[in-house]
Amino acid sequence: MTSEKRGPGFYVLTAFFILFVLFLYGPLSTIFILSFQGPNGGLTFPMNGVSLRWFENLLFEQQAVGDFGGAFSRSLLLGLMTMLTTVVVSLLAGLAFRRRFLGSGPLFYLTIASLIVPSILISLGIGLAFNVFGLEPAWYSSGFGAHLTWTLPFGLLIMFAVFNRFNPAYEEAARDLGASPWQTFAHVVLPIILPSLIGVGLFGFTLSYDEFARTLMTSGSFNTLPLEIYGMTTNVTTPVLYALGTVTTLFSMAVILIALATIAVLRKRRARRLAG
Amino acid sequence: MTLSRIAPYLQAAPLTLILAAFLVLPIATIVMVSFWDYDSIQIFPDFVFTNYEETITSPVTWRTYLNTLKYTVIVWAVTLLVGFWVAYYLAFHIRSATMQMVLFLVCTIPFLTSNIIRMISWIPFLGRNGLLNQSLMTMGLIDQPLEFLLFSDFAVVLAMVHLYTLFMVTPIFNTLMRIDRALIEAARDAGASAFQILTNVIIPLAKPGIAIGSIFVVTLVMGDFITVRFMSGGQSASVGLMMANQIALLQYPAAAANAVILLVLVLLLVAAILRIVNIRKEL
Repeated sequence: MTSEKRGPGFYVLTAFFILFVLFLYGPLSTIFILSFQGPNGGLTFPMNGVSLRWFENLLFEQQAVGDFGGAFSRSLLLGLMTMLTTVVVSLLAGLAFRRRFLGSGPLFYLTIASLIVPSILISLGIGLAFNVFGLEPAWYSSGFGAHLTWTLPFGLLIMFAVFNRFNPAYEEAARDLGASPWQTFAHVVLPIILPSLIGVGLFGFTLSYDEFARTLMTSGSFNTLPLEIYGMTTNVTTPVLYALGTVTTLFSMAVILIALATIAVLRKRRARRLAG
Repeated sequence: MTLSRIAPYLQAAPLTLILAAFLVLPIATIVMVSFWDYDSIQIFPDFVFTNYEETITSPVTWRTYLNTLKYTVIVWAVTLLVGFWVAYYLAFHIRSATMQMVLFLVCTIPFLTSNIIRMISWIPFLGRNGLLNQSLMTMGLIDQPLEFLLFSDFAVVLAMVHLYTLFMVTPIFNTLMRIDRALIEAARDAGASAFQILTNVIIPLAKPGIAIGSIFVVTLVMGDFITVRFMSGGQSASVGLMMANQIALLQYPAAAANAVILLVLVLLLVAAILRIVNIRKEL
């Protein structure tokens, strides 16, 4: 297929793909532009001058409603907790699923169920369960658990993809050379799967950082950032909303790019080591 | 030797415990509470069927479920169409593996940013004084701003397609990448046209990916409430939104009964998809 000439289908689909990318990124870029709206500008075009007024308002002034700083630090911490837990638990479960064990089938279906049960059910269920057991819901307990039900299935599916492609010859070689199981894991398996683990961490962090529906009834009395933003949509009518959107999106993008760059560096280093 | 025998159980234990505590137990609680009774200030243990009776006999419920199914069918059809062609383009028309990876990442990065922000970002675009209306008026195509663009069923479907197409692209792209290119060569050598290759070779082999994408999209739309609330401006209803409203009114048993019905419906839809397509070899 590689040496052929491009047919008309190629050009039609290229145009379609470009339109799709515009559709994905176009709306985001409008709020990015509008967040630089002048001090007297509104929520829509035209731009009434260009300023950093709304970023200043967001970052340095007391908001009439909400607590942006607090919500951001809660979401950040929750994202990191979810990330670490997702990486460790998915890795362990991924290792477990490499062998047959009693109950592996049901556990697999349970994990998939966690992905397809509507978010609002998880939210309601955890909220009710805490209520019934007389526990106070909080972002670091019930909210944390709710996020894990969303990130762990993704983590496990990525680990499945990794171990399906993993060549057991590496481990056998290590064992033949006298490595203990722990040494085999730490010096052979872990370095090979490290880029994928960073991928799992990226999913764990960003999915948690942006999670809304599962957090709604489980966050207790303090909001996470997406809940805070949602609250702002109903009572904030200035472009500060867009400034917040721009800041959090740039933050997400930065996290994604750092993770991707780390993965690329690790891959390259490994390729070099194998070559040299 | 015993350690290596119990190792998988120890390794699987954290996942099992987390899912037991935050998935199984909460759903069991929902089922339990759906039989409880409530008044305007509290809920109390009981075993009554009134929550189900009231939910099932109310015409509002039926309208809401039908509306949710309507969204599901439309969004599923559009995301399948768009998602398939995007995945097809990436898998078969992009020739360098690096470019393929880059374009695939371009498609998946928005998935890792906030849904709420992505919904908000439609406002300056679709609003009464939004970009679209302004351009259409400048071009002289319309005299008055189109009102149906924002806070309407149209806006809900558009936002859902915007949010959920990626769930279709990724699994379909995955299956398309695994198709042995020799099969396509063979079909071409045997005289198949491009269209025949598509319908007789590629689509049948892409079915598992299509099924996985469909399960994602169907379950996401069926349970959605935030997109419906936000993009319809409170003018349309969905099951999730109905539950969210019942929750806000502290009618937990009613919300729980609704949740059980929704869960059964979603599981039936997933089972139907799995009956048509066997995805097991994909996992």
